[in-house]
Amino acid sequence: MHGKCGLFFESYRAEAAVFQTGFQRTCLGLFVALLLVCPLVLDSYLVSVLNLMCIAVIGAVSLNLLTGVCGQISLGHGAFIGVGAYAAAQATLHGVPFLAALLLGGGAAALVGMFFGVPSLRLKGIYLAIATLAAQLILEYVFLHWESVTGGSRGLMVDPPQLFGFAFDNERKMFYLLLAVAACALMVVTNVMRTRHGRAFVSIRDFYLSAEIAGVNLFGYKLAAFGLSSFLAGVAGGLWAHYTMFISAEQFNITLSISYLAMIIIGGLGSVVGSVMGAVFMTLLPEVLTASTRSLTGIFPDIGSQLVALREGVFGLVLMLFLIFEPEGLANRWRLIKAYWKLYPFAH
Amino acid sequence: MTQIKTMATKTTPLLEVKGVTLTFKGIAALTDVGFSVEKGRIVSLIGPNGAGKTSILNCISGRYTPDSGEIYLDGQDMLRLPAHKRTGLGLSRTFQNIALFKGLSVLDNLMVGRHHLIHYGLLSSILYHGRAVADEAAHRRRVEDVIDFLGLSPYRHQAAGHLPYGVQKRVELGRALAAEPKLILLDEPMAGMNLEETEDMARYILDICEEWGATVLLIEHDMGVVMDISDKIVVLDFGSVLAQGRPDEISANQDVIAAYLGTEDATFIGR
Repeated sequence: MHGKCGLFFESYRAEAAVFQTGFQRTCLGLFVALLLVCPLVLDSYLVSVLNLMCIAVIGAVSLNLLTGVCGQISLGHGAFIGVGAYAAAQATLHGVPFLAALLLGGGAAALVGMFFGVPSLRLKGIYLAIATLAAQLILEYVFLHWESVTGGSRGLMVDPPQLFGFAFDNERKMFYLLLAVAACALMVVTNVMRTRHGRAFVSIRDFYLSAEIAGVNLFGYKLAAFGLSSFLAGVAGGLWAHYTMFISAEQFNITLSISYLAMIIIGGLGSVVGSVMGAVFMTLLPEVLTASTRSLTGIFPDIGSQLVALREGVFGLVLMLFLIFEPEGLANRWRLIKAYWKLYPFAH
Repeated sequence: MTQIKTMATKTTPLLEVKGVTLTFKGIAALTDVGFSVEKGRIVSLIGPNGAGKTSILNCISGRYTPDSGEIYLDGQDMLRLPAHKRTGLGLSRTFQNIALFKGLSVLDNLMVGRHHLIHYGLLSSILYHGRAVADEAAHRRRVEDVIDFLGLSPYRHQAAGHLPYGVQKRVELGRALAAEPKLILLDEPMAGMNLEETEDMARYILDICEEWGATVLLIEHDMGVVMDISDKIVVLDFGSVLAQGRPDEISANQDVIAAYLGTEDATFIGR
């Protein structure tokens, strides 16, 4: 299954490459080119969907690093994103340049994430999930009541991001910024996963007793996973704050945490490609459902109101069907499709 | 007891276990266990089920902390160190039930085995630049030696969890060996294997000792193997040392025969 027939490596370094063949690199290049052209041809509503996708990709890949790769379930990811959003927003409000503010947001989220990751020393699985749920609720309370920083229930107005005097003040400009940051986040997680830190994370997930024997400091690496994951989540939050230009406590509630968990489960736990697919799927699905109910309402105007109510139910149903028929996630399906075409037309 | 003294003078002990006592909520698992493992030897721990063999291994590797007693590896006090730091002193082990990282490839399992030898930082990891790239290739080269030795090359890139049982046992041995240990603790490496696989494993253990220069502390129930490959045998019963010595002494020891096989019919052990 590793590589196609006739693919030989002459160095360990070549074998460790993420994209090993010219064909893969060409496909990636074409895909990126397609993405870069998108804002020029799509209308600004569709570009805004793409923008939300980019932010979701960063959030999903960061949660996948913690939950999928290191095996530490977190129900507080939405709140960690919120910490990044408020910290970055406050930083730019105080005149910090945008990029530095983004990193500050990430750093603040990392600190908070590591603090709430301390129980992972003793707690595993479902018990850790409850501990991180507590983090979510505590942080939600803080967002709502620390009014001098978060604006409380009134929310917080944020300016659009500025880089070296260039303002990203519309959807199209914003897309290129978000795409670049998302690409960086994907690269970071990919690199971590193919080096000793990523291997240590997986070893903790798969068999922590052997990981300890191999010399992995369990607590240190769990905290590192919480820190790195929350850092990227904070960056996603910072981008979100500057993109929507308004943040309030409700945005970062438990629903957000759960929808990110849904993304990585649907996409594929422990897979970078899966994170992207899950984020794209979960962002697109409501849009597709809205569009289809709208067009159905045009055809059957009498039952329009019922259709809208039905939309929420269909959303849940689609998720459930996905879990039943694709329990390994979209990434696994993608792998199977690639394997099929690799051998086509001789499947055996 | 005179036997131990003469052996100790012949070779320096790599591992010294002195007076280790371990209790779980008042129930004694180990009582005053003491033995030594000499450098370059294969030492076997035997005893009936529940005798405390795995418990003593867990005390050495750091899973359990004994109530009293001392454990030294190469003169270093092991009990002061947390489990993950003992690896750095040259200790590695396998588990009774397979304890592989199922989602990682065989190659990555072995690379995790070398975790304590790879030192580049998180930033190097994130950027995949500098030391990370060079170290990964260098350590990969060492891991390939282990892969060659254990005949794992057909499985190199397969996920460990999908491999046949016998191969998984070999991968686990490989992971322990990849750590370049001075002392390797093997907890029933032949459990559940057929005759052929058992013979292969026995050969690997002898080679690990002779060619790779590691000292072996082995728990095994297959008496034929234990008698054949051990330089020394330590017999545990009810959490304390019943006897220790060369295989021929142990197979002739009436206490051992009584404890291990019941009081009658002791011909089996000398097979």
